[in-house]
Amino acid sequence: MRIILALIVGAIFGAGLHISGMTDTNKVQGFLDFFGAWDPTLAFVMGGAIVPMAIAWSLTRKRQPVLGGEFPQRPDPVIDRKLSIGAMLFGAGWGLVGLCPGPAIASISYGGLGGLIFLVAMVAGMRAAPPAKRLLDSRTAAA
Amino acid sequence: MEMDWIWGLLGGLMIGGAGALYLLGNGRIMGVSGIAGGLIDGSSRSARAEGLAFLAGLIALPALLHLSGAIPVATHITSNIALIIAGGLLVGLGTRIGNGCTSGHGVCGISRLSPRGIVATLIYIAAGAVVVVALRSLVGGL
Repeated sequence: MRIILALIVGAIFGAGLHISGMTDTNKVQGFLDFFGAWDPTLAFVMGGAIVPMAIAWSLTRKRQPVLGGEFPQRPDPVIDRKLSIGAMLFGAGWGLVGLCPGPAIASISYGGLGGLIFLVAMVAGMRAAPPAKRLLDSRTAAA
Repeated sequence: MEMDWIWGLLGGLMIGGAGALYLLGNGRIMGVSGIAGGLIDGSSRSARAEGLAFLAGLIALPALLHLSGAIPVATHITSNIALIIAGGLLVGLGTRIGNGCTSGHGVCGISRLSPRGIVATLIYIAAGAVVVVALRSLVGGL
């Protein structure tokens, strides 16, 4: 049941990214182009997504997940170097091409060779992350 | 073109609805970089089958919508291979170092008023905006 729900969740998420235009790099880069011909679509997508999600979070109090397990713990509200450096690197890559992980994967069937090359590079970047994280950790500990 | 925001809002509600289902049903956070990254570096363990099913759905339905001709979409991705490789590396590295992307920090984090999600989202949008403005003004195009 958990696996079937995960499949359905992925499908709804993918369809949402698809119809909202988020797999179109022009719309994403258009949103980031605040001083040019700004495209607000991404703000509507974010706003629309946050509403059901906020309701879901409010329903997690004093309950358990329907299909078993535990709700995720609240992470310590630590704004560390990994969070800010990671977000900065991610944002730079997002701006360069206009793809983040969800749309990059959702558009695999129609993203062409460029989309595939992006995915291969993204996987390589993900593989390189654990050692990079350890390096940041050790430098923080030494400082 | 003028109707784009309605599609954005509708798609956004679907994205948030999907995240809500995953949270209330399986007790998991719908963060794509976490799900994909966990499968890639082997850190997901028990969530492996769910992660693979999620990715299968994420790929299958857009493929169906596009290839059936129902809602075809052009990605308009740049033809500059160097940019694509640099962008992909940065997105993969950054989302795993920062522990989240647009879905995890953005949608799931902001909606629970997580300070980490809010700060990360402000930083990646600002970084993305700087890069896009630089690309437009220095290179004269995207």
